[in-house]
Amino acid sequence: MTLTQSDIDTEVNDLQNAYDKAVAGGAPVQHHPPRDYAPYRSSVLRHPKQPLVAVNGGDPETVELSGPVFGPTDITEIDNDLTVQHQGEPLGERITVSGRLLDRDGRPVRGQLIELWQANASGRYAHLRDQHPAPLDPNFTGVGRTLTDDQGRYFFRTIKPGAYPWRNHTNAWRPAHIHFSLFGSAFTQRLVTQMYFPNDPLFPYDPILRSVTDESARGRLVAQYNHDLSQPEFSLGYEWDIVLDGPSATWIEEGR
Amino acid sequence: MPEQLLPTPSHTVGPFYGYALPFPEGGQVAPKGHPDQITLHGHVLDGEGDPIPDALLEFWQAAPDGSLKGAPGSMRRDPVTGGYLGRNGTDFTGFGRVATDADGHYALHTLPPGNAGPPYISVCVFARGLLHHLYTRAYLADGPQGADPLLDSLPPERRATLVAQPGERRTYRFDIRLQGEGETVFLEFQ
Ligand SMILES: [Fe+2]
Repeated sequence: MTLTQSDIDTEVNDLQNAYDKAVAGGAPVQHHPPRDYAPYRSSVLRHPKQPLVAVNGGDPETVELSGPVFGPTDITEIDNDLTVQHQGEPLGERITVSGRLLDRDGRPVRGQLIELWQANASGRYAHLRDQHPAPLDPNFTGVGRTLTDDQGRYFFRTIKPGAYPWRNHTNAWRPAHIHFSLFGSAFTQRLVTQMYFPNDPLFPYDPILRSVTDESARGRLVAQYNHDLSQPEFSLGYEWDIVLDGPSATWIEEGR
Repeated sequence: MPEQLLPTPSHTVGPFYGYALPFPEGGQVAPKGHPDQITLHGHVLDGEGDPIPDALLEFWQAAPDGSLKGAPGSMRRDPVTGGYLGRNGTDFTGFGRVATDADGHYALHTLPPGNAGPPYISVCVFARGLLHHLYTRAYLADGPQGADPLLDSLPPERRATLVAQPGERRTYRFDIRLQGEGETVFLEFQ
């Protein structure tokens, strides 16, 4: 059976209404998507049915309260500029993306690794499995890495990725997005997510974005256009702060 | 308690992370040729028992001496070519990253973890179709035993999903079942 966009819309809206009703009735706000989210078809056989088992983070010997560290040997100087990794300039709208990496107490995550990957301006990934018939760009791979500075700030220069089709249902299109991978001070704070661009008309149709059923949480995945970050006659600026969830050993050290 | 910022939501890693996240020798955490090297390996399986060829696993563990400090240099780079140099052969970074192969299989070459209590390797699972990563632990069945609050809280059949069984040549088998019969115990840190 081929699923249409309107089939998916019905499922998405039913789940949205159920969530909104639950929260109105006093249920807790969900900041993350449920792993069981049928409108994203690939999730059906890939989520656990048993509840997660709680591990008490109060034990300082818990291995996951610490985490991997990275340093200047793990990146090269041009890793955060995706526009200079080839001989020529990539096609597309040149942008910068910057912001801060924070924990839930608002403290900067310093000297930590941020990785990103994205489609090119035509909406195609430099990946063999991506057979979307849009052109590859010989001057763009779409992979970046950086380390945060002492204020937790990061900075990337890249091009704006294009929207692309996928096979979740008929006429499924992903809004333009950049994939991000983030580490905190603890393995518990690990995060992989996607950053979107403001006012994308595809937002309501995308079951991946809509899997975050909380509207304000969804909003936190959308970067802001910041004219002060735009560089004259060169690039447009977007700002996106990232807040990592989960306990860390520093909580215990500080007596929380 | 100070006011808390609201977290950035998780999203799936999707199908196309393969040219961005995995790196050469991501699964070679032990210095090459180290006599104490162990291999943790297995399959990642979906709710029908089929292998998942596009999962990405990350591993974090204590060093053999119990240190949880880790070290930089897991994905050491060559500043001349931009390529990868591999780990430096002396520092134990404690971090591994391995994508499953076309058979849904992975292998991690590391040193035995020296954490307090029964030794374990923490595992974080990402996959297309998985909207929010999952944590589990691989406890080495033949390591030092003793009280463990997590293992002790589980009924035997659930507990068994967290135990990596020793095989030949210092290997340990640890399958990860995302759903269904024998579903792996996944963790939530509070
Ligand atoms: Fe994508």
